[in-house]
Amino acid sequence: MSDVALAANLGLWTVPIAVVGGAIRVSTPFLFVSLGELVTEKSGRINLGLEGTLVMGAMSGFAGAWLSGSPWLGVLLAGLVGIALGALHAGICSLPRVNDIAVGIALMLFGTGLAFYLGKPLVQPKAPTLPALPLGWWSDIPQIRAALEVNGLFVIGLVLTPLLRWALSNTRWGMIVRMVGDSAEAARALGYSPLRVRLAATCFGGFMAGVGGSFLSLYYPGSWNEGLSSGQGITAVALVIFARWNPVGCFLASLLFGGAVALGPALQAVGVTAGAYLFNAAPYILTLVILILSSSSRHRIAGAPGELSVTR
Amino acid sequence: MTFVPSFSRRAVLAGLSAGVAAAALPLARGRAAGGLTVGFIYVGARDDYGYNQAHAAGAAAVKALGIKVVEEERVPETIDVEKTMESMINLDGAALLFPTSFGYFDPHILKLAKKYQDVTFLHCGGLWHDGLPANTHSYFGYIDEAEYLAGIVAAHVTKTRKFGFVAAKPIPQVLRNINAFTLGARSIDPTITTQVIFTGDWSMPVKEAEATNSLADQGVDVVTCHVDSPKVVIETAEKRGLFTTGYHANQAVLAPKGYLTGAEWNWESLYPTLIGMFQAGKPIPGLVRGGLKAGFVKLSPYGAVVPDAARAAAEAIKAKFMGDGFAIFAGEIKDNKGAVVIPAGTVRGQTDIELEKMSYLVEGVIGAAA
Repeated sequence: MSDVALAANLGLWTVPIAVVGGAIRVSTPFLFVSLGELVTEKSGRINLGLEGTLVMGAMSGFAGAWLSGSPWLGVLLAGLVGIALGALHAGICSLPRVNDIAVGIALMLFGTGLAFYLGKPLVQPKAPTLPALPLGWWSDIPQIRAALEVNGLFVIGLVLTPLLRWALSNTRWGMIVRMVGDSAEAARALGYSPLRVRLAATCFGGFMAGVGGSFLSLYYPGSWNEGLSSGQGITAVALVIFARWNPVGCFLASLLFGGAVALGPALQAVGVTAGAYLFNAAPYILTLVILILSSSSRHRIAGAPGELSVTR
Repeated sequence: MTFVPSFSRRAVLAGLSAGVAAAALPLARGRAAGGLTVGFIYVGARDDYGYNQAHAAGAAAVKALGIKVVEEERVPETIDVEKTMESMINLDGAALLFPTSFGYFDPHILKLAKKYQDVTFLHCGGLWHDGLPANTHSYFGYIDEAEYLAGIVAAHVTKTRKFGFVAAKPIPQVLRNINAFTLGARSIDPTITTQVIFTGDWSMPVKEAEATNSLADQGVDVVTCHVDSPKVVIETAEKRGLFTTGYHANQAVLAPKGYLTGAEWNWESLYPTLIGMFQAGKPIPGLVRGGLKAGFVKLSPYGAVVPDAARAAAEAIKAKFMGDGFAIFAGEIKDNKGAVVIPAGTVRGQTDIELEKMSYLVEGVIGAAA
């Protein structure tokens, strides 16, 4: 309990500290799902089923960690389950006259339902959780140290963001994905199979969403239960559009959302109680405001893949 | 307990009101199926370390009596619960139902109670009032008694004299728990304050974790909650090195270091009693209420960190609850805006119906009730 005895009285300063800490803690699932979905959407397909993949990832990650004793094996299992669900989405969508949005909604319900069913025996056990890197070692203030307890997955996401941006514009692989997304005709003319590229891109999206889900059950909040995801998966799909299909944008948007989630509790903790419900709704209000500000009736959203059904 | 004569089919059989043949029919159905079948319906997972687990423990106690129990989890408070109830009545032959979630009552239970007058519905939440179908009943426990004791225990271990309370919504039952917890603590040390954070809904794991972290950052050293599953709050608080008191069920295994005690439902005591009344043909009141004394609620076993003085202080008040009674809400009590809500000389006993309309937070609570 020494932690508390030392807690410095920082007054209102705890609000920005909590928002920064919250941004780091809460943003990781958003970041992973949105980076994965970004690649899927760049290939010209939208996978709304990632909410189901996220919940399946949370469940299977927890199960893997619990059974094997290693949280990282849990993360890997969550990623593999995500790949399987991504392959299912891509497989169904490769049939003629199948709408990817409808399939996504079906898979969202399938994934959550299956996770709840298989997760029944997992509510009670405790699994080993992912370790945190104490990046706040330089500070004497316990609040700052707590806020800067950074999880390894967040760091991986942080590194992956510029890497993905670079890969999409500079590697052969990235250009193929973008070409398929912008014009399937052109890809076919060059001898690439759009279906196969989209399969790979959707599997990548599934992998990332599965890993993002495992963060929920293995780090924060760090246990499996059926109410674990409050729509993080579907929010992250929206974040991709909001981030204009740019990985750096995904990263910033995820941080923004994480911070917004932390804002409500942090303000109430310092005694700002007026409009508590409004602050709790901050992430959603933020989405609406940014979408309205960036909307235009004249031209298509910049950066949108040409083949994407929602923007076509 | 408010005694309301209920229209029991056993009473009918006993000849009190012959001629209502329809009321006797279900008995034949129940017997034909080979004894009593009782249905339990939960809104979430029944091993959630919380609200549903407490009810499932009650169901398990009923099962231990050799009574056939049918259960269904994750039933939303929508038309889905009507389908579940109908299936339990028609397919499983259930004569007695425990639809345990608050939102099941109106309109779902009320609707089916009219359709199946031979089935008894026992609902958790205290929403029954005169004029509602006689085959519906509400039960609820004065769990604020256990919250008051938890507050007393917590007051003995706190160093910062700041408590945190993660709550779902500012409804009367939640406010009553926050107030009782705070009043219990302030009966030991009047300088203690309770910081409340409302998350907005009954199950918001990420927000509950954020709320607990925010409280820890504020220097709070005892955290408790009123959400459907306290698991996330208790585990997060344990990671931050805080003391915790539990709610709904026993969460001691989630926080071996910081768990002090907790306010638990004691449905495993009440449900066999209610079923005994039902089987013996005794009328069940429309509203069934009780606290520690009647065995509706209980206190988690004290954690190892709880000092003897705290145990003694809590046990002394507990003995009063178990004996002649103890009023938590005895005037003068001010709300946290300074207005007198219970004037000096006024004692609101546990059964006082005014307490069920509670809309304020008492002095010492930091937060807004609306």
